[in-house]
Amino acid sequence: MCLAIPAKVISIEPDDRAVVTVENVRKRISTALLDQVTIGDYLLIHVGYALHKLSEEEAAHTLSLMAEAGILQDELDEISGEPLCAT
Amino acid sequence: MRYISEFRDRALAENLASRIAQEVQPERAYYFMEFCGGHTHAIFRYGVQDLMPPNVHFVHGPGCPVCVLPVRRLDDAIELAEKYNVILCTYGDMMRVPGTGRRSLIKAKADGADIRMVYSTLDALNIARANPDKEVVFFAIGFETTTPPTAVAIKMAQAEGLANFTVFCNHVLTPAAIGHILDSPDFAPDGPAQVDGFLGPSHVSAVIGSHPYEAAAEKYQKPVVIAGFEPLDVMQSVLMLVRQVNQGRAEVENQYTRVVTRQGNRKAQALVAEVLELRDSFEWRGLGAVQNSALQIRNIFAEYDAEKRFAVSEKQSREVKSCECPSVLRGVMKPTDCKLFGTVCTPDNPMGACMVSSEGACAAYWSYGRKRAPQDAA
Ligand code: SF4
Repeated sequence: MCLAIPAKVISIEPDDRAVVTVENVRKRISTALLDQVTIGDYLLIHVGYALHKLSEEEAAHTLSLMAEAGILQDELDEISGEPLCAT
Repeated sequence: MRYISEFRDRALAENLASRIAQEVQPERAYYFMEFCGGHTHAIFRYGVQDLMPPNVHFVHGPGCPVCVLPVRRLDDAIELAEKYNVILCTYGDMMRVPGTGRRSLIKAKADGADIRMVYSTLDALNIARANPDKEVVFFAIGFETTTPPTAVAIKMAQAEGLANFTVFCNHVLTPAAIGHILDSPDFAPDGPAQVDGFLGPSHVSAVIGSHPYEAAAEKYQKPVVIAGFEPLDVMQSVLMLVRQVNQGRAEVENQYTRVVTRQGNRKAQALVAEVLELRDSFEWRGLGAVQNSALQIRNIFAEYDAEKRFAVSEKQSREVKSCECPSVLRGVMKPTDCKLFGTVCTPDNPMGACMVSSEGACAAYWSYGRKRAPQDAA
């Protein structure tokens, strides 16, 4: 629950929302915690919210460390899995 | 050294391990508390302990948000779901934690309560929008990383006039817990337990910045190194701690500069401050009541506060008998000191929160520690 994953912004939506992508997973997230998010930005995503902006190199480095640590897939499953609460 | 082969960057890990071995002073012991369960996990999964010289020890801290929630608050959440017939939304890790009488949210759900696992507060808001005739309560837990999303959800609910949405707020604060641990008699200079420095939280610090730890580092003269979650981050942070201890320094240093700054995320901090305020005191599993260690919803947002909308009854909450979670969380016992560990208590049949959450110390010992034994024998 403490982990966060870097993802790239591919579209900006109204009401502080954006769609991000990481390793072919797409997710709609909130950007309410950041100022000025633009397409192409790399964001650190935690429980559906962007916490921090990263450079492309930092994002790539973090993703490779996560892959190495064997936690990348778990995180991808968590963000991509249909929430069980879908109504 | 066989675990090192799991690192792709084997050379770097070996290099760090030998630097640590060279720099530790053989006549002294180094006890470092990793505050976060995420660090505990990395240490176990990669056998980082095995790469350390024999006089460097890890002490597991209380940084697992599911683990520190006291049984009473979980019992209250179950009561909300059952007595008031609300839709209770919660992060997945909470579902299997045993409350009083080993009753968990998942058991309450099996008995008919409407309890739903969500990934985000955004999902909880969607559930409230889709069910206008039902009360929806978000059971909010976690440290400073999950707090801003709760604050944003409350503001969104207010902006939309979402009248059926409330939050049962259980957010807790990391620096307060570190101070409390160092104040406890366990860690007094002649106490039974020792800690010489801290591996500080990664993503918590992305939000609050590294500066909130400065007061504790100064007051207790203990170094804090903010550490990333990957094994190489942890090893590099240990080296930084060893150097501080050797040089008699007690500073806050930041290994995780990819993400953490001294100031943190100001916008997130401002949103939290607008919606939430300090609680005088909050009970932590293991630590007991800790002053100014948690947040509650401000009065101006009282309509979104589940504690104000629904009355919960007084109850005698208690842990499963013989579960040593409280001592494990204080860093004074190891999971293997618990007589239920691995016999009565396993991840499939957890007796305490520390075995449920993947960030819990008991779960880490079980998943990685036990796996190691047969390999060692082989
Ligand atoms: S092993 Fe189980 S019973 Fe023992 S302290 Fe850990 S969670 Fe509690």
